[in-house]
Amino acid sequence: MDKFTTFTGLVMPMDRANVDTDAILPKQFLKSIRRSGFGPYLFDEWRYEDVGIPDADTSHRPIRKDFVLNLPRYQGASILIARENFGCGSSREHAPWALKDYGFDVLIAPSFADIFFNNCFKNGILPIILDDQTVDSFFKENEAQEGYSLTVDLANQQVIKPNGDIIEFEVDSFRKHCLLNGLDDIGLTLQHAEQIRLFEVSYKAKNPWLFTE
Amino acid sequence: MAGKTLYDKLWDSHVVRQEEDGTSLIYIDRQLLHEVTSPQAFEGLRMAGRKPWRLNANLATYDHNVPTTDFSSADEIEDPVSRVQVQTLGMNTREFGITEFGLGDPRQGIVHVVGPEEGATLPGMTLVCGDSHTATHGALGALAHGIGTSEVEHVLATQCLLQKKMKNMLVRVDGELQIGVTPKDVVLAIIGKIGTAGGTGCALEFGGQVMRDMSVEGRMTVCNMAIEAGARVGLVGVDEKTINYVKGRPFTPKGEMWDLATESWKDLKSDDDAEFDIVVELNGSEIEPQVSWGTSPEMVVDIGGKIPNPEKEMDPVKASGIARALEYMDLDADMPVKDIPVEYVFIGSCTNSRIEDFRAAAQVLKGHKISEKVQQALAVPGSGLVKQQAEREGLDKIFIDAGFEWRNPGCSMCLAMNADKLPEGLHCASTSNRNFEGRQGAGGRTHLVSPEMAAAAAIAGHFVDVREMLRAS
Ligand code: SF4
Repeated sequence: MDKFTTFTGLVMPMDRANVDTDAILPKQFLKSIRRSGFGPYLFDEWRYEDVGIPDADTSHRPIRKDFVLNLPRYQGASILIARENFGCGSSREHAPWALKDYGFDVLIAPSFADIFFNNCFKNGILPIILDDQTVDSFFKENEAQEGYSLTVDLANQQVIKPNGDIIEFEVDSFRKHCLLNGLDDIGLTLQHAEQIRLFEVSYKAKNPWLFTE
Repeated sequence: MAGKTLYDKLWDSHVVRQEEDGTSLIYIDRQLLHEVTSPQAFEGLRMAGRKPWRLNANLATYDHNVPTTDFSSADEIEDPVSRVQVQTLGMNTREFGITEFGLGDPRQGIVHVVGPEEGATLPGMTLVCGDSHTATHGALGALAHGIGTSEVEHVLATQCLLQKKMKNMLVRVDGELQIGVTPKDVVLAIIGKIGTAGGTGCALEFGGQVMRDMSVEGRMTVCNMAIEAGARVGLVGVDEKTINYVKGRPFTPKGEMWDLATESWKDLKSDDDAEFDIVVELNGSEIEPQVSWGTSPEMVVDIGGKIPNPEKEMDPVKASGIARALEYMDLDADMPVKDIPVEYVFIGSCTNSRIEDFRAAAQVLKGHKISEKVQQALAVPGSGLVKQQAEREGLDKIFIDAGFEWRNPGCSMCLAMNADKLPEGLHCASTSNRNFEGRQGAGGRTHLVSPEMAAAAAIAGHFVDVREMLRAS
């Protein structure tokens, strides 16, 4: 995984509550056995007029011109601002894969669904939870100002507005460490393989019926 | 010191190590695998040259892409992308040596039906699956997490899950359910009350007299939809019923091991003085049969109720959500729920495809025909074994005589990854768990109900109160 560095990115709004992972990446794309190449199908049903086909070329598909992803002013956006409970529904990691592949590195919302939130960190996306009012202020300012961009500084846990205002955010220190250093969870966990093995021995002694293989 | 909740107990007994910020490694007893969320995990293992930590902790089956019509091998799956995904799981289980219930095996079915049915889900276990409805297994007093594909790979490679402890939430449903009011209505009423984000960040335990009186399969229906209330984990404490349910199943311990296991399971409930971070109470006797009208599971009303009016909603985000849902569903504000036409019926999914669900729906259907307005009605058992059992009881005949199609096991029209799709613009009475836009087919309009309510709607061609039909017969 790439290291997460401080950057300034264009902001795109997704002004709906409860955006589910089916909406982020519709089910037909779950049939893929790969984990890349989902960007062109991000928000497929809202973005195109026709029904998307996995692995098919999207360049000639009719688009819904008024959907945010298709508006010229948001091309190249890397920060998505959203409403509450973003990423609810299915556990599909294809949703963060699609967001990342499209180019989003940061998501900001008042709340995220648990599984989705977790999946983001595993894929180098930083989901930031901020209070309703702050998120709402981003929506309003973004609406008013074309080219609205935010700077995200993970090391200092700050979002910096174009006017210089600094907003602090919370993030688990473990997840922050992994993102900043581009660390792979499995490699980290396997550093504790001996501890897992010791646990397994005592656990098995207490619960032998779980190890009758 | 206050006592422990069931979640506390399950958590404590599985912590391998804990970081300073609370991030913990939790030991996992069982992983269930299916074709959709596993290919990239196996690929990851292969690329890193890693092996599964404990092979026998894993069990695989096929559900999302499987045709529900007659066929004998994966090669016959028409959609080439689905076919490759199904074949890929077969290749992976063979390569890594993981037990699987393949196509044509009577034990094949929806993971969340198969796990408990086989005794592969046991009280006190930690269980994971790359599927959000893994919460289902919590009905047996197991700590069950739905996980993403990176986590599937992590569990395969390390037998552990990285987790932070969640908050404890209790939903207590006291009183007694009215006849014709089902576990599905209970969970829809709960979601209607607390909202789809109500349980976010929580392990959600269901308790109270209604849960104690409920069958184990009913508890699975309730826990299944914990995720629709935002909670990754659903739980019900272990009692006699749980133990009787798991007894004698293929993976269940036998003999001396059984005695040891049952002894340790006795404590798998929240202590009387346990403290929960959040407690919500519902009166079970006030719960009415539920119907979802919108595009989020929290958009539910009583069968006697009306569709909400966005103009009466004060919160602007909610009001625009209602307006958008009404447009998608092609419904009018303030319209009675009973006036919603029903053109499709789907009885199945990991929420409601166990034997009790088919018995209950058959009881309503018996001696009736489905309405001419219904274009297709599907009955899809959750596993081959459920199907066999239903056929032994003659339930298949009741469904077929009424005009239903009696299908083979799989997820089917719950999310329409296989050929079973709800056509655009049509309304479906569905026993599944999600009514998101396009969930059952692009442009399809889903209404979540119990099996009994789906059967009643099939007969009437619109939603009706199943209690009236039950009273009449
Ligand atoms: S039946 Fe539906 S909800 Fe359950 S696992 Fe299958 S697709 Fe998911």
